[in-house]
Amino acid sequence: MPRVVVDVMLKPEILDPQGQAVANALPRLGVNDVASVRIGRRIEIDFTGEPDLDRAREIADKLLANPVIEDFTVRLVEADEPVEARP
Amino acid sequence: MTARIGVVTFPGSLDDGDAARAVRIAGAEPVRLWHGEPELHGVDAVVLPGGFSYGDYLRCGAIARFAPVMEKVVDAAGAGMPVLGICNGFQILCEAHLLPGALTRNQHLHFRNRDQILRIEATGTAWTNAFQPGQEVLIPVKNGEGCYVADPATLDALEAEGRVVARYVGGNPNGSQRDIAAITNQAGNVVGIMPHPEHAVEALTGPSLDGIGFFTSVLKHLVGAPA
Repeated sequence: MPRVVVDVMLKPEILDPQGQAVANALPRLGVNDVASVRIGRRIEIDFTGEPDLDRAREIADKLLANPVIEDFTVRLVEADEPVEARP
Repeated sequence: MTARIGVVTFPGSLDDGDAARAVRIAGAEPVRLWHGEPELHGVDAVVLPGGFSYGDYLRCGAIARFAPVMEKVVDAAGAGMPVLGICNGFQILCEAHLLPGALTRNQHLHFRNRDQILRIEATGTAWTNAFQPGQEVLIPVKNGEGCYVADPATLDALEAEGRVVARYVGGNPNGSQRDIAAITNQAGNVVGIMPHPEHAVEALTGPSLDGIGFFTSVLKHLVGAPA
């Protein structure tokens, strides 16, 4: 059964001090070619039946994201899809 | 008759006890309200206290907003009942759309805990009518996510309509836009404040007694309010 993934990010105009702190730490790893880092949140939703993107958007708008400071995107992925393929 | 002021306890509230004590010191009767009960027990006003409701999961105040008691608080606020949100309570009021804007992570990422001077700018609200315009008060501030943000149009409107209730003086502890420490809604009955007036009501525990003014203000407001 596909899974709904909601990605929540701070709006571009909202300062992200967490992301800045991470970006500032990168030179200590020897990484000097990163211009900026922004930190968001990924939420995975499994419906009991067929995944419902409209319903997921409603959930995201009302609870998962605060539209005053955050944007969100909603998409479907296969539930058994690995989170991140490593090279 | 003694005014009855409700203080809501959410899972993770910390300052409900101090808020109730401040209400009593100001001369009113505190009534403890429970997050899971959609019932205000006939109180005349409500305080949403500080703390970490629901562990600050998701966003501060985001889950408390959907607590059963909040349905009643939102309805009552719309009907003019005075509501004061302190710290986490301010965050809950923003999440519940009773106040505009949002509270975000302190810009320097540090939890800030200190005594803070505030300038009271709006004295027409239900919670600040005991102060003089421009009066400076000393109140503890303690937050990790107290940086007030809103879009420029909202900030301009708040200032134009005299809805900035208090600003930080002598250093902004969290990066709040335009040094905003407290705001009110259009009707002036709902106030959100990041610092903690309930911690400045006794010489033994607080840096001043300036916090009492917020609670005596609401008593004055209730006496003058039409029944």
